[in-house]
Amino acid sequence: MTESNNFTNNEKEEQMTTSHVTPSSLSSVASARAVRQPGTEMLGNGLETRGVHAWFGKKHVLSDVTLDFAAGTVTALIGPSGCGKSTFLRTLNRMHEFIPTAAMAGEVLLDGKDIYSPDTDVTKIRLRVGMVFQKPNPFPSMTIGENVLSGLKLAQLKRKNTDELLESCLIRAGLWNEVKDRLGEHGGALSGGQQQRLCIARSLAVEPQVLLMDEPCSALDPGSTFRIEETIADLAKTMTIIIVTHNMQQAARVSDYTAFFLSDGGPGEMIEAAPTSRIFSSPQDKRTEDYVTGRFG
Amino acid sequence: MNKAIPMPQKPWQPSGADKVKSLLIVLAAFVLAGASVELTGLNGKLGFFFSLFISLLVLNFSFHYFKRGTAAAKDALLQVLAVMAIVITLIPIVSIVATVFSKGYKGLHWGILTKDMALASVNDPIASGGLLHALVGTILMVGGALIISFPIGVLTALYLTEIRGSLTRPIKFLVQAMSGVPSIVAGLFILSSLVYPVTKELSGLMGSLALTILMIPTIARTAEEMLRLIPNELREAGVALGGTQWRTVAGVVLPAAKSGLVTAIILGVARIIGETAPILLVSGGGDSLNLNPTEGAMGSLPFYIWKAFLTSGTPESLARAWAGMLVLLSFIFILFGMARYISGRKVG
Repeated sequence: MTESNNFTNNEKEEQMTTSHVTPSSLSSVASARAVRQPGTEMLGNGLETRGVHAWFGKKHVLSDVTLDFAAGTVTALIGPSGCGKSTFLRTLNRMHEFIPTAAMAGEVLLDGKDIYSPDTDVTKIRLRVGMVFQKPNPFPSMTIGENVLSGLKLAQLKRKNTDELLESCLIRAGLWNEVKDRLGEHGGALSGGQQQRLCIARSLAVEPQVLLMDEPCSALDPGSTFRIEETIADLAKTMTIIIVTHNMQQAARVSDYTAFFLSDGGPGEMIEAAPTSRIFSSPQDKRTEDYVTGRFG
Repeated sequence: MNKAIPMPQKPWQPSGADKVKSLLIVLAAFVLAGASVELTGLNGKLGFFFSLFISLLVLNFSFHYFKRGTAAAKDALLQVLAVMAIVITLIPIVSIVATVFSKGYKGLHWGILTKDMALASVNDPIASGGLLHALVGTILMVGGALIISFPIGVLTALYLTEIRGSLTRPIKFLVQAMSGVPSIVAGLFILSSLVYPVTKELSGLMGSLALTILMIPTIARTAEEMLRLIPNELREAGVALGGTQWRTVAGVVLPAAKSGLVTAIILGVARIIGETAPILLVSGGGDSLNLNPTEGAMGSLPFYIWKAFLTSGTPESLARAWAGMLVLLSFIFILFGMARYISGRKVG
């Protein structure tokens, strides 16, 4: 489980050198980040989808998405509302099935194994693929400290040194300095941005190898958004991150790769996926270009 | 220091003159109501209240109509209606509590909570005997019913809100139908299914079981509504952290619904604590203290009241009945106050 968590900066730099992206095509914002290329040589060490479809009842909402997420990269999913990107995100840790009418087809491979195969323990999948939701949702009956460690209790994991874990999770989520003296207070006493970072810390405590973020900043002010983007950049050193966002600048700032989703009235489709710099500077598809330049959506 | 800070004001609140005017309207309504009782065929308290209600409506409506037009007048009309509804609701409650207190205190004496009626009859002087046996019986039987029905009720609610199996709709319907079961039917059911064929003896436990039948639907329905109020995001967050459904429910959903579950307990206890019929049928209603729910007749406060009222009608027995009501009412107040305090202490 920790195999991909051991990703170091050195390995990333090696990847960078094998990057196929030509520097001339980088847009100015996105070029600030080191770009890592997903390659077939990474197979067995990341998250891949093969022909994923999704339905709610009879409504086909997502059609045939095949996408690779290399270990240790940040991928942004962008597209207008209703294009199926959140639904796609929820198929990646089997939260999709939480909706009673939901159905899906295709494969989602984690370390090369289909997470939908019948012999899979779904709770183990969700331990390895964590999730941060759009609205901050700290558990109201728990204190700040209990919230961070709640995953251990829920998944019945035994850990020594929970105090250390608590501190390291809060430090990585960028919240430690603000809450270290008030760990016994209730999570609801924090501001919206702090609550969201608390939720990030909470999902880090169970040490996932992939972290899914569903518009984590859409309810937050610019200052909190900035803090969370810093957190994402920091976390990307040790895990794979997939983030849904409506904020194009955010996608450009935080991600290595960007996938553009669109629905033309029918099911949502993935139109284009490429290194973020290329999506924003020289998209291959006209519709991608229209969207990222703000001509629609 | 250069600029004076103004006094805090509340310009949106009615001024003194406004208050005097509304007071005058109420006074005028009282005068009108008094006059109409004097001058017309209306009489008695009911007639007075009826004409007071009508005159308040008319006066308020016309005052606001001439002052600020139709919309304000409609507003005022609705306000009067709402206040009247509250008054009508409160009259019986206040009346009951006042009557019970004014008649019940005569039957109180030192020892009412420490003696039972084993050696006294309802016609004896007030100071002999007490209702210890009835209070203890009520506590044991209601407590027993609560211990049985709380887990069953909450699990039923969890089936309806969390598991949402294929039986959700029929079970919901059944639970609703069950909350309409007359209490005597619950008593007869226990009598015919357990007491006659199995135990062949009336006991407190049988009383508890009969009360359980009445209590489960109330707890299940209230708990279900409370669990529905818990936002789905919390369940998703719990599951997304690798919790199983059971761990998520136990660790996140139920703690978040804690005060709602206390409400469910309160409503459940309120449903059964005054029940007389099933107790009469299956618990035997003894006159002496019995601490063993599985053996022998057990008294209860409603039974004590019923017996004191109906068996003879002497002043002593009536005073005992009222005192029993006073104890029962106070007991309920203390119980609910405690429950509210416990559930309200913490967030969530």
